[in-house]
Amino acid sequence: MSPNVVEFRHIVKQFQDHRVLNDISFEVKAGEFLTLLGPSGCGKTTLLRILSGFERPDSGSVFINGRDVTVLAPQERHVNTVFQSYALFPHLSVFDNVAFGLRCKRVSKVLIEQQVVNALRMVKLEGLLQRKPHQLSGGQQQRVAVARAAVNNPPVLLLDEPLSALDYRLRKAMRIELKQLQMQLGISFIFVTHDQEEALSMSDRLIVLHEGSVVQIGTPREIYEEPTSLQVAQFIGEVNIFPTQLIAIGEHTLDVLIEGKQFLLKKRASVTYKQTLYTLVRPEDIKVWALNEVSNTDRMLRGTIEQVIYKGATVDLIIRLASKTRIASTQFFNEDDEKLDFEVNESVWLHWIPGWEVMLSSDEL
Amino acid sequence: MMNSKHILRWFSITSVWLWLILFALVPALLVILTSFLHYDANELVRWQLTWHNYQRLFDAQYLLVFWRSFLLASVCTGLCLIIAYPFAYFLARLHQGKYLLLLLIMIPFWTSSLIRTYAIVAILKAKGVLNTLLIYSGLIEKPLSILYSTPAVLIGLVYSLLPFMILPLYASIEKLDRRLIDAARDLGANRIRIFWHVMLPLTLPGIMGGLLLVLLPAMSLFYIPDILGGARSLLIGNAIADQFLSAHNWPVGSAVSMLLSALMILMLLLYFKINKTQTLLQSDDLNL
Repeated sequence: MSPNVVEFRHIVKQFQDHRVLNDISFEVKAGEFLTLLGPSGCGKTTLLRILSGFERPDSGSVFINGRDVTVLAPQERHVNTVFQSYALFPHLSVFDNVAFGLRCKRVSKVLIEQQVVNALRMVKLEGLLQRKPHQLSGGQQQRVAVARAAVNNPPVLLLDEPLSALDYRLRKAMRIELKQLQMQLGISFIFVTHDQEEALSMSDRLIVLHEGSVVQIGTPREIYEEPTSLQVAQFIGEVNIFPTQLIAIGEHTLDVLIEGKQFLLKKRASVTYKQTLYTLVRPEDIKVWALNEVSNTDRMLRGTIEQVIYKGATVDLIIRLASKTRIASTQFFNEDDEKLDFEVNESVWLHWIPGWEVMLSSDEL
Repeated sequence: MMNSKHILRWFSITSVWLWLILFALVPALLVILTSFLHYDANELVRWQLTWHNYQRLFDAQYLLVFWRSFLLASVCTGLCLIIAYPFAYFLARLHQGKYLLLLLIMIPFWTSSLIRTYAIVAILKAKGVLNTLLIYSGLIEKPLSILYSTPAVLIGLVYSLLPFMILPLYASIEKLDRRLIDAARDLGANRIRIFWHVMLPLTLPGIMGGLLLVLLPAMSLFYIPDILGGARSLLIGNAIADQFLSAHNWPVGSAVSMLLSALMILMLLLYFKINKTQTLLQSDDLNL
């Protein structure tokens, strides 16, 4: 058996004239938490529905455990879904909801009882067996939906934005629980979301989709720190983008001009003189200094504080450069740098540690 | 301004009340009263209270009418349900033309049902449309004698009452959350299981509504057996009509009517009870 639980090969799907999925290929490894991330309308839900069997691709094939399931109906596939709206059966009790899949498979009564109780214990709902869905809170309904899918012990569990209906606190708590559950069950999860925070904090690997195409596959760290396109960089977290002019390519360094200042940056293999370059720096990598704090300003940019947003653990600054470009910076409280109480209209210097930036060329735009 | 608004409101509410009191409550009370009075051959009723009319309902003759009527109405309701459910299902699933089809279902109601029943006679009679077609197509050699039989009455009842089954079923199936069917399929349910364990329980209010709207009229639509059926007094409706129109025994006729009303109230109560629990169940998937 191949170690890949799911394989998508060249999936194309079109709705009327609109191409929603454009030659999608990737695999899901056994036991991994894989997230499909993208803005709404990027085709992530369609991809999930192709895997669960509710949609059929126009071309390409889907494999589950090495078996081609492209044309099989949902009830003939061994995958289960946690739906966005949970889709719990309103007329059935919690127990009967969770037992539904097992009953379809004609599992014996004794086993059903045992497995349902186990599944509900796993999601900490063992006391609510006889409740009806409408007697449960949103978080509890969500757990029932997870238990109802997981009790069938599928090789892969599909989760279609399962946390989007919950409030922020509950969502954060459920992230941890889902991740724990996935490790406990040891099965693969395919998690669909448009929430990058969710995607980064839970996944083993991320697949970023944009307008029906895969734009990047990688670990959360790779995606965040080494985005391969401006789309990914802009979608995952905030980022400052500087148009960059190349002056010289050295042996290990690049001599560039950013906002009228010369910088020496780490050399990237693919850079040539013909490209338009962009330098990307995350807000948390940009440090801001008051004028009297620094003496050597060779590698710094001058700006004016436009907005100060106090967030408790951090202070977010919006700084306007001479070129009118707006820069976002996140300042953390730390012992070396006590001064965080910048004022609006205050002139400041800002810089980042060379090497922490990402450089992309325009053909990757 | 305030005053005229006030007057308008007062007027509309009062007129509705007056209408209901005058044309629903008073007649109903009169029927109740009549059902407790003595029969009098000369003056229709004698002003003396009695249980006698209700006791007569337990005569073998009436019990038989009730039983046959109930049986016929049940078969009619069953047929309506079997025909209407798939019909309503596909209607609700249609993307285009569903309102046109709904309109087509309702258009026959613009014609008097009496005329439509006579049209059925024209279709079913020995040399009618149906027999002519069947003989012409070579399926049968001698004309079928359907008219003036119980099947003819059934055909007439089902034809007249089918829309009353389709509409509540349609409303209920239309409202059904398709994601629940997706969820059932996702969990491995085949069509039969989806129907019995998801669709049927969740469309129960529609089914109950349809049963209610078909079963009671099916017991009281007296003119259909009158026109299409051979034997008299097939339905309770016929028994009531006979008492009022032929025997002129209004007290007994009223008592039979009261029995029908009691049955209707009972079914309405049952319907509301089921509907209430269902509404409670349906409302959960959006909140929280």
